[in-house]
Amino acid sequence: MGEFFQLLVSGLSTGSIYALAAVGFTLLWQASQTINFAQGEFVMLPAFFILVGTHVLGMNFIVAVLFGLIVTLVLLGFAFKRVIIDPMLPHGVLPIVIATIAFGILIRDSVKEFYSAEAQAFPSFFSEETMSVFDVVISLQDIAILSMSLATIGLLQMFLTRTRTGRCMQATAQNRAVAEILGVNVNRMILYTFLINAGLAVIASVLISPIYLAKFSNGQSIGLIAFIAAIVGGFNQIRGALAGGLLIGVVDNMSAAYISAEYRTAFPLLLLIVIILVRPQGLFGTSEERTV
Amino acid sequence: MRPVVIAGLIALGLLVILPFGLKSYGIYVLTLWMVYSIAAMGLNLTLGYAGQVSLAQAAFLGIGAYTTAIMLKAGYPFFAAFGVSAGLAFCIGLVLGYPALRVQHHFLAFVTLGFNALVWLVFRNEEWLTGGTYGLMGFSRPTILGVDTSNQVVFYFFSLGIFLLLAFVLWWIVRSPWGRAFQALRENPIRANSLGVDVRRMTLLAFAIGSAYGGMAGSLFAPLVEFIDPHSFTLDTSLMLLLMVIIGGSGKFFGPILGALLVVLLPEGLRFTEGLYLIIYAGLVIVLMVFCPSGLLGVYDRLSAAVRIRLAGRQEPSGGDVP
Repeated sequence: MGEFFQLLVSGLSTGSIYALAAVGFTLLWQASQTINFAQGEFVMLPAFFILVGTHVLGMNFIVAVLFGLIVTLVLLGFAFKRVIIDPMLPHGVLPIVIATIAFGILIRDSVKEFYSAEAQAFPSFFSEETMSVFDVVISLQDIAILSMSLATIGLLQMFLTRTRTGRCMQATAQNRAVAEILGVNVNRMILYTFLINAGLAVIASVLISPIYLAKFSNGQSIGLIAFIAAIVGGFNQIRGALAGGLLIGVVDNMSAAYISAEYRTAFPLLLLIVIILVRPQGLFGTSEERTV
Repeated sequence: MRPVVIAGLIALGLLVILPFGLKSYGIYVLTLWMVYSIAAMGLNLTLGYAGQVSLAQAAFLGIGAYTTAIMLKAGYPFFAAFGVSAGLAFCIGLVLGYPALRVQHHFLAFVTLGFNALVWLVFRNEEWLTGGTYGLMGFSRPTILGVDTSNQVVFYFFSLGIFLLLAFVLWWIVRSPWGRAFQALRENPIRANSLGVDVRRMTLLAFAIGSAYGGMAGSLFAPLVEFIDPHSFTLDTSLMLLLMVIIGGSGKFFGPILGALLVVLLPEGLRFTEGLYLIIYAGLVIVLMVFCPSGLLGVYDRLSAAVRIRLAGRQEPSGGDVP
C-alpha cells in the first residue's frame, strides 16, 4: 500500500508538470488554431537559457531564471508568433503543423550543436529530502512541484475569468469575429496567449529539469505526453488539460510499476486512442460545434 | 504535347541514363527516393485527395518491411511477400481507419500518431518476431524471372519498374470516379455527401489504399537496405513522409515525388555542413512554409499564372483577338 501511494504522489507531481505544458498547448489552440508540435522543445529550451545564464554569463541562479524567462518570452512567445505563425494563419492548420515540427527540430539540434549533446545537471529550487507519513515515504520535492504547478494553473484560471484582459482573451478564443466587433484588440489578446504559453514553458522547464536533467532530446517525450494530456482531458478546457496531465502522470507511473516497463509509453497512447474513439471531445471537454 | 508530359518523359529518360553515371551509393540514394516516393504517393492520396492527415505512414512502411523481411528469411518468393505486405497494410488500414475516421481532421492525426508510436514499440519489444533493437538481417535480394537483383543497378531498375507501375495505378485511381469522389470529399464533404458520395466509405478506402502503398514501399525498403530495425519507422519518419507530400505540393500528382526527391537529396547536399545540416534543413522548411504554404508545385502554379496574366495583358491592347 505504501508503494502505491508513493507512485501516486510522484505520478501526480510529474503529471502536474505535463499539465503546465498541456495547458499552454490548449491555450494556443483555442486562441489561434495553432497545434504546436514543438511544445516539448518549448519546455526543454528554457533550462538551457538558464544554464547559459549561470555557466556562460556568470549570473546567480535566480537572476539566470529571470534571464531565461525574458529570453523565452521574446523568442518563443513574441518572435514565434510574429515570424512563424502569423504569416501562416490564413492557410489553415497543415502548414503550421509542418512549420512547428521543423521548428522543434531546429531547437533540438541547435541545443545539441551549440550547447551540448550531454545531459546537464540542473539545480533545484526545492530540497530533495523525504518525509514519512505513516509508512509512506514522500519526497518533499514532489509535493513542492505539485503545489507550484497547481498554484500556477489556479492563478492562470483566475486571471482568465476574473480580469478584464482575461475575459477579452476568452472572448477572442470563443469567437474572434464577434470579439473584434465588440472592440477587443484581438491580435494583442493572441499575443498574450503566446506569451503565457512561453511563461508556462519556463515554469515547466525549471520544475522538470532537476528530475530528468536538461537534455536536448527531452522535448520529444514531453511534447508527446503534453499532447496526449491535452486531448485526453479535452482540447478546449484548462481544467481538462490539468486533469489530463495528472491522469497521464499517474497512469504512466502505475503501468510502468505494475504492468510492463517495456510497454510503459504504450499505456498513455492506448488511453489516447480509446478516449478519441469513445469520447473525442475529451473527458472534460465540450464538443466543438462547426457550422455548415 | 502538354508541358507536364514532356517534363515526365525527360525525367524518365534521366532515370534510365542516370544509374550508369553514378557510383553505387548514388544509385542507392535514387532507389531510396523511389521507395519513399511510393509511400509519399500513398499518403498524398489520403492527405491531398481525401483531405485526412495521417501520421502513421512510417508504421505501414515498417509493417511492409518486416513482413517482407520475415517472409524472405522463411524462403518465400519476393512477390508473395510483396502481395502479403500490401494486403496486410490495406487490412490494418481498414481496421484502424474504420473507427478513427469517425473523428476527422486533427483527431485522425492524433490517433494515427498514437498508432505509429504503438507499432514502433511492438517492433522494438517483440524480439522473437522482429529481432528487437538488433533488427533483422540475413535476407537476400530476390531473383526475379531468373535475374538476380543483388546488383545495385539491377535492383534500381527493378524498383523503377514497380515505382512506375504503382504511379500509373495511382494516376488511374485519381482519374477514376473514385478519385473524383475523393477530391469532392476534400473540397466540400457536405456537398459531396448530398450528391450521393458515401463520405465515410470513400475516406476509409482512400486511407486503406494509401496505407497499402506504405506497405508496398516497405516491401521494397527491406531488400534495398538489407537490414531493418525499429529506428527506421519512428514517428520522425512519418513526419518526414508528411513533409515530402507538403513540400512538393499536396493534392498534386507529382507533388510527393518532387518532395521526396528534395527530402532525400537535401541532407546529401548539406552533408558538408556536418552537424549543422538538420538546423539548416529545418530552417529551410520553415521559410518555405512561411512564404509558400502550398508547396513547391504551388510556387510553380503561382508563377505560371502570373506569367500568363502578364502575357495576356500585353496582347490585349495590340491584337484584341484574345479569346
